[in-house]
Amino acid sequence: MNRHAQALVMFLLGVAVLHAGYTPLYARYVKSGLRPLLLAAGAVLIVTALATVWTSRRGRPVHEGHEAHGHGHGGPRIGWLLTLPFLALLLVAPPSLGAYSADRTGTALAPPPGFTALPASGPLRLGLVDYAGRAVYDHGRLLAGRSITITGFISLEDGAAYLTRMVLNCCAADAQPVKVGLSGTLPPVLRSDTWLEVTGSYVAEQAKDPVNGAPIPYLNVSQARPVPTPKDPYES
Amino acid sequence: MDGARTIDGAAAPGASGDVGERRDRRLDPFLIQVMVLVSVVAAQGPIRRALSAPAMQSWMTVFTAVVLQALPFLVFGVLLSAAITVFVPASFFARALPRRPALAVPVAGTAGAVLPGCECASVPVAGALVRRGVPPAAALAFLLSAPAINPVVLTATAVAFPREPRMVVARFAASLLVSCVMGWSWHRWGRPGWLRPPARPVDAEAGGAAAFWASVRHDVMHAGAFLVVGAMAAATLRALVPARWLHAAAADPVAAVAVLAGLAVLLSICSEADAFVAASLTGFPLTARLAFLVVGPMIDVKLFAMQTATFGRGFALRFAPATFALAVAASVLVGTVLL
Repeated sequence: MNRHAQALVMFLLGVAVLHAGYTPLYARYVKSGLRPLLLAAGAVLIVTALATVWTSRRGRPVHEGHEAHGHGHGGPRIGWLLTLPFLALLLVAPPSLGAYSADRTGTALAPPPGFTALPASGPLRLGLVDYAGRAVYDHGRLLAGRSITITGFISLEDGAAYLTRMVLNCCAADAQPVKVGLSGTLPPVLRSDTWLEVTGSYVAEQAKDPVNGAPIPYLNVSQARPVPTPKDPYES
Repeated sequence: MDGARTIDGAAAPGASGDVGERRDRRLDPFLIQVMVLVSVVAAQGPIRRALSAPAMQSWMTVFTAVVLQALPFLVFGVLLSAAITVFVPASFFARALPRRPALAVPVAGTAGAVLPGCECASVPVAGALVRRGVPPAAALAFLLSAPAINPVVLTATAVAFPREPRMVVARFAASLLVSCVMGWSWHRWGRPGWLRPPARPVDAEAGGAAAFWASVRHDVMHAGAFLVVGAMAAATLRALVPARWLHAAAADPVAAVAVLAGLAVLLSICSEADAFVAASLTGFPLTARLAFLVVGPMIDVKLFAMQTATFGRGFALRFAPATFALAVAASVLVGTVLL
């Protein structure tokens, strides 16, 4: 791997990282707090690539062998692997984690530190994790009798349909699902990974996640409509 | 400066005369790369369809996420290590460290706290320290402690374990303990022959801006490539191993420590992010999760590959198992006392 090839690999990777940082693409993989760091890293990679080309253009021969230390000729061959993230980001752009991951992992509902007050009347629009936390650990105290709207994707396990949202700490490698069971009036055909906005009311019914035995609250659905994937597909 | 010069006297097949000849026999890698890219772009429809299976998509997402998440930290660490390599004179380290290695080890180990990088960056920095005349025992203590006890990692640990502040203390104590004991052990039993001095691109030794960028390029290509390997391993594990298996091991304290220590080696997560993964392993006892946090930054699949490339195979084969055993022992000890 000669220096020009290394410069090209770094340039492409830098462009891919900048692209992911500028567009909403990054939200599929990492937390939004990382965005400025992504932009900076992409810029450094591009500058390094340009500096490499610049120094070798200024009369330095593009020599290869002396950079070998246990890698054979030229730079490390393993450096080619850095093309993979570029291809993954610009060509494939894999979707945010969905039903496949959710089915294999137990619901990660944890007791929230506290419960904020809710508007006293009118329909409620809640985060899925917020609803699940209030339903299980606050026993639906503020939810009963209200019209509640939550958004998530469908995951189907052993015939049961869940509305699910992945929760992110840092990046998609640590994502874990929070699941809410659906009862009541459901669309006749439910497909995994379809994003739905469901409106319904709190029910005391609960199930246990077959994977880890954690509680899954239910929502009695009165209305469901498909929605596009939200800009930030994860909750935190 | 002479481009064909070598540092360690190894054969230099790229020496000026035969470059053109070699070009004739081998295809230009640059050309191959461009051809591969063009054909991948042309065939992206079929490629996308082939990758649309849910397992494959989940694999790709986790792979991309790990690379994207770790890359900014890696780039930052590499910039810092290039600055140290190029702009900090060797005499600085000779003055800063105690003359006696037995004292230099804990000093260097504690000094790891000021390098806000991950383990991907600490390997090249430790290599630079050895070249700068720092005793290997002290450089190794730094290598092991820096990724685990610096402020960025400890802050991440505190954020990931909001209800367990002792986890931060335990991680700091256990990591520093392991790095010092490993440093002293190297001083006592290590042989210089096991350590193959790392060679660098010639222009990275020259000094100045050109050397700085050469060092950055060298480290990004090395550490970045092994980051990709680690991301692939992590994605494979995440996509293939069902969480049920892990939950089965969580009940038994001994099995839990063994499983999480092994998991840390296989997953190869950057030390800046591993606390969040440990926090999400809710079924496991805290001591087992501490072992995950202590072992991971010191030895994993990706680090083993990087250490082999930087210090030589003979070194890595001896150093890695010793580090693993000691890290597990220290985690159990500190976990029993503190958690």
